[in-house]
Amino acid sequence: MADTPENKPFEPVIIGFTCNWCSYRAADMAGTARMKYAPNVRLTRLMCSGRLDPTFVFKAFAGGADGVLVSGCHPGDCHYINQNYKAMRRFHLMKRVLVQMGIEPGRLKLLWASAAEGAIFAREINKFVEEVRALGPLHWNTNHGSQIADHVLLSVVNGQPSDEMEVKA
Amino acid sequence: MDKKEENEKIGVYVCHCGTNIAGVVNVGEVSTWAAENLKGQGVVISRDYKFMCSSLGQELIQNDIKEYGLTRVVVAACSPHLHEKTFRNACKGAGLNPYLCELVSIREQDSWVHTDKVAATEKAKAILSGGVSRVVYHESLEPLHVPIHPATLVVGGGIAGIQAALEIADAGFPVYLVEREPSIGGHMAQFDKTFPTLDCSACILTPKMVDAGNHPNITLLTYSEIEKVDGYVGSFAVTIRKRARSVVEKDCTGCGICWEKCPKKVVDDVFEAGMGERKAIYVPFPQAVPKYPVIDRVNCTYYIKGTCKACEKFCPTNAIDFAQEDEVMTVEVGNVILATGWDLFDARRILQYGYGRLPNVFTSLEFERMSNAAGPTGGSIVMRDGKTTPKVVGIVHCVGSRDKNYNEYCSSICCMQSLKFAHLVAERTGAEVYNFYIDIRTPAKGYEEFYHRLLDEGTHFVRGKVAEINDATRLPSEEGKLVIQVEDTLTGNQLRVPVDMAILSAGLEPRHDSKELAKLFGISCSADGWLIERHPKLDPIATMTDGIYIAGCVQGPKDIPTSVAQGAAAAARILGKIQQKEIALEPIRATIHEEQCSGCRICNNLCPFNAILFHEDRMVSEVNPALCQGCGTCVAGCPAGAISGTGFSNEQILSQINGLLLLNIPKKEAVKA
Repeated sequence: MADTPENKPFEPVIIGFTCNWCSYRAADMAGTARMKYAPNVRLTRLMCSGRLDPTFVFKAFAGGADGVLVSGCHPGDCHYINQNYKAMRRFHLMKRVLVQMGIEPGRLKLLWASAAEGAIFAREINKFVEEVRALGPLHWNTNHGSQIADHVLLSVVNGQPSDEMEVKA
Repeated sequence: MDKKEENEKIGVYVCHCGTNIAGVVNVGEVSTWAAENLKGQGVVISRDYKFMCSSLGQELIQNDIKEYGLTRVVVAACSPHLHEKTFRNACKGAGLNPYLCELVSIREQDSWVHTDKVAATEKAKAILSGGVSRVVYHESLEPLHVPIHPATLVVGGGIAGIQAALEIADAGFPVYLVEREPSIGGHMAQFDKTFPTLDCSACILTPKMVDAGNHPNITLLTYSEIEKVDGYVGSFAVTIRKRARSVVEKDCTGCGICWEKCPKKVVDDVFEAGMGERKAIYVPFPQAVPKYPVIDRVNCTYYIKGTCKACEKFCPTNAIDFAQEDEVMTVEVGNVILATGWDLFDARRILQYGYGRLPNVFTSLEFERMSNAAGPTGGSIVMRDGKTTPKVVGIVHCVGSRDKNYNEYCSSICCMQSLKFAHLVAERTGAEVYNFYIDIRTPAKGYEEFYHRLLDEGTHFVRGKVAEINDATRLPSEEGKLVIQVEDTLTGNQLRVPVDMAILSAGLEPRHDSKELAKLFGISCSADGWLIERHPKLDPIATMTDGIYIAGCVQGPKDIPTSVAQGAAAAARILGKIQQKEIALEPIRATIHEEQCSGCRICNNLCPFNAILFHEDRMVSEVNPALCQGCGTCVAGCPAGAISGTGFSNEQILSQINGLLLLNIPKKEAVKA
């Protein structure tokens, strides 16, 4: 993925999880207004940041992402009353887990962006891309020698851990 | 994951969107790349086309579905919020379940926000690859059909709300019209004349108010506020607090003896904009609908000192009830229209204009009341002393609008309002009138003509933003006057214009509590505080939340004709829905697989809609699909993985992440160690 010849700056790959009602629309708005930002982020749409299963984040890191962006409605503005608070709780938990795994917590970012905040969305993405660029490539998938198989991950999400979970040395 | 993709035949369509996408993203390359590299994912055909959303573009998809027997379709084009429905319908038309179509955004999220063509093309490939990986796990779905309650709630009894309520009521369906003030009418009731025709505002508004008040299908709830909103499109349960008027409506005849006899005078900050007084028991204005007065408990002598009761003594029908309590009611409605209007910009915030400090500086609403024949001065335009007619009047445009220090937006009505003021001042007082403007903006039917009429009437127009209004005179000719300091930007001269009266054409602002309103109804505000429409051009009256519509100035500053049009448009939209008797909802819902549920009840507390029931007998939880809104928090929260989220399943999302990271491509191409 991160094919980095010496002369080129490292281009991180970032997976972004956005909420259908606010941040995905902020991205739409940034687009409609032709606000420019770094092309390193690839977005996924969820109905709510509360839908974010922490496994999705780890899956993204495991699959080669150098950073993960989690984005939802501002506290108090959730389309589903207060589910973004649940995302916030999970976010802090995920940060701690990342540290325990030896991954810089700065690779995971939480961004509140309302549907009207295209400019903030674009600005924060630029900032985050630079932060992750400074951290360098993660290469979690290759550093671990083998990638965690999809069916193993899915079994984790679905609550049925399998024996294969132990990462082979 | 299983090799599901082997059985699928996926069609990929990459849109040029003219040059919107093709100008930055090499669409041909993306399309060829997908055909070659996503073969393993089941892609059997990949095309690019100038405008996929055109009828020819849609036919292209439909023909392929039939010819190649496509089982899934991925369109790489604009945001799903714009054309997801279009392409789903195209698929449906060719016999494919519409939910087997995925739209990925390579315009809003790619070509419009990036300039590096190579990077943008690579990103488009990744986004498309994510969509293809995701669509494999899409399921055939059917929309949920829920019944729609025929009643509608209209919040705000200004002209937009009245129009909306009348349209729906005339069509034969019930309406609850809720207004915070004691009477409906809104700001329009305060005006004397309306531009550009100079129609008498009351003459055209009050018949509509009376209609709304008498209509058998309209339940008028004035002096009332919304407290709580539950439910969703088709069946909202809205809790309304009807504040105690202290007057029993069924007994009151509106004879007016009570407010004649009431000894307590109060400055009326709302309807009279502080220009006049009312009594502690009052109707805001003579044509108020309903006609029943309200006791203002904050100012009434009885509520302060415990004695007086003059109104009660004189009331011929014993309609006064000092002990009356607020009535809290819950009504069922299928749809909601928010038409709560605007607040006037507080001109005190611009210190250098002297409003509140210099007596003869007026705001636009004060002038509206002053020029109104039923207003505090009986329609005569006089200075703050109440008797002197001004000889020179300065009207300052764009006060609090088009100014980065206050509001960046144009309030849209102030130019025409100022021209109307200029005309009224000249007509009634013969005074010399100066308009100080940045630009004259008159973009509607008859507006430019009105401007020309004013030019012919001899009103002075000075192009420049007023720097200061003060009473520090320098010359004998300025003695006793206000001096307006301005640069005439057409001649480049600094002017000091002495005037007797200055009128600040203050801008329109969102209601001070518009953010709370938005929160109450689960919709969004712009950074300024105006409510956000579903689409700025194509759907200015709907919101992102199904069943909630907006009309009038709550959406942004606008004039009366546009407010009326929006009120009527929102009503028409709702009538269309009511007449279908049921509404189709996105089938995005959570389901609990009973055999996997351990009965831990973690999900029960995660759901904000109380949609998850716990069956004590079987020790399992169950989702009530009628209450579930599909946020998916329980899906993510279930430790047993017993909950699946339709449309956003774990398989779909994990697979999309795979695709976005290009892990679905054969290894030799993708990951280099």
